[in-house]
Amino acid sequence: MNWKAFLAMLARDAHVARRNFVALLFQTFLQPLMFVFIFGRVMVGSGYMPPSYKSLLLPGIMALCMVGTGIWAVAMPLISEFQFTREIEDRLLAPMEISWLAVEKVVSGTLQALAAGLMVIPAAWLLLRPGVELNVAHPLLFAGVALLVAIFSATGGLALGCSIEQNHIGLMFSLVVAPMIFFGCTYYPWSALKNFPIMQKAVLVNPLVYASEGLRGTIVPQFQHLPLSAVFVALVFFNILLLSTGLRKFHGKAVS
Amino acid sequence: MVAGIRTRDLRKVYTSPPPVAAASGGFSFRAPKNKTKGPKPEIVALDGISLDILPGEIFCLLGPNGAGKSTTVGVLTTRVRPTSGQAFIGEHDVWQQQVAVKRLIGVVAQRPNLDFSLTAREILTFHGAYFGLSSHERAKRAGVLLERFKLTDRADQMVRGFSGGMMQRLSIARAMMHDPQVLFLDEPSAGLDPQTRLLLWEIIREYNASGKTILLTTHNMEEADALCKRLAIIDHGRVIALGTPRELKASVPGGYLLRLRFGHHSPDLLERLRTLPGVTEVRSTDGEGADLYADRGGSLVPAIANLASAGAVELCDVHISEPSLENLFLHHTGRSLRE
Repeated sequence: MNWKAFLAMLARDAHVARRNFVALLFQTFLQPLMFVFIFGRVMVGSGYMPPSYKSLLLPGIMALCMVGTGIWAVAMPLISEFQFTREIEDRLLAPMEISWLAVEKVVSGTLQALAAGLMVIPAAWLLLRPGVELNVAHPLLFAGVALLVAIFSATGGLALGCSIEQNHIGLMFSLVVAPMIFFGCTYYPWSALKNFPIMQKAVLVNPLVYASEGLRGTIVPQFQHLPLSAVFVALVFFNILLLSTGLRKFHGKAVS
Repeated sequence: MVAGIRTRDLRKVYTSPPPVAAASGGFSFRAPKNKTKGPKPEIVALDGISLDILPGEIFCLLGPNGAGKSTTVGVLTTRVRPTSGQAFIGEHDVWQQQVAVKRLIGVVAQRPNLDFSLTAREILTFHGAYFGLSSHERAKRAGVLLERFKLTDRADQMVRGFSGGMMQRLSIARAMMHDPQVLFLDEPSAGLDPQTRLLLWEIIREYNASGKTILLTTHNMEEADALCKRLAIIDHGRVIALGTPRELKASVPGGYLLRLRFGHHSPDLLERLRTLPGVTEVRSTDGEGADLYADRGGSLVPAIANLASAGAVELCDVHISEPSLENLFLHHTGRSLRE
């Protein structure tokens, strides 16, 4: 393993992210924070939502931000770099096994997703306060879930980015990302689906459900949530599945 | 250590459209419109290429678009997996020891594939970083290469706004950044103006003089003639001729080629043309013309015109080519390189 090349590529991604920092900031946070403002503040303030919705919403928004950031940070560059311009070619020719380049993309996406997740908590808290009750009883558990969610977003980005052509990006959002978000227990807890038993079972194939429920269980455990053991098992399973699929697709794209 | 290049019976058959990496611009891959069950459509891009390129040599692959030049380069640079056969850079098997091979090679692709998120200087310094150069070393080399390729004044701009020629120059500078033992240049002068092409040739010769092996592909005979010590002419994935430019040109019967076009077809006339002094070979082309290989050029024209008028055939057009690689290609394939 050539760590020098690996770290140089991470440095390259960090450099590009730093250059696009302001754009990234708007892209990541604007929509979720507007959602937080309308649903957490306006709707609650006008009495359409109960005050406790503020606390319930925050982990979902955090999951949403992390997953959106990770997928975007890995999938979008991959889709464009594998296109006609083949911008990735120079890195594929670096003296390193090409699988490590895919892993580097996952590490870079994971770090960006973690940064987004950590930044959205204070931002959403500022927008929603007063009335947000965060109870992080086990910081290590929270860190573990957050890390798994970040890795899920980046491996998901790898698998998507290597499966989709540039002209299908719109389709990727409407067919994959949007359903995943709406059926991902981000705006409501999984337990709220008890009146829709078929849907409640069906959404369990959606990894975002475990991300939202896992964060809910570690920062606002006062709400009903999926058991954390199930969250860990499911997220590890999806991460391995998406990473292996992503690596296989990456090889298919990289070598003809 | 100076490394050479060796391939043994390389074959590459595409069963799906080749991705952009390998596409040499000449493939036209059409999937069948009707989904009938049957064997997948196949494109044979390489059909048994065996080459021995010596360390320190400038070797050229000459051929028309779609001949298999870029696929050969793709296989040798770890970018295209061969269907069968072997490829070596120095002592390293390209497909068994990819990382060792990648350390030895520098690659300039047919189309500039620069990292559009970076400036010109950053493209060079990050490339150096991937190859483990120290930050001092990569800054120094980037400065020298930018100067050499006349890019210093645009060094700190994003490359998105660069002209095609500037991108091509930067691609070549990037490939040289880690001082590779073997440099692959896939149609390096495509899109360059004549002045820059001369600069490029000078740089290639200079790089070769420092003991490096260079493999370049081109469909420009002048370039192959000017730069290469040896060359292989490739068509339909096969080597059809191999040698020094001089040897190859001498191998064309007679050397000169006169492409004749008549008003109508006359087999008798072709027979009589063969009897003219200095004529070594006459081939009929598309029924109304003939390719005549001879050891002389213009001095044959009066005799040809006389023979034609004696046979009541009108001579419409004569094109005389001096001994050249173009003639050689035409002799072997019956097609012009430019067709």
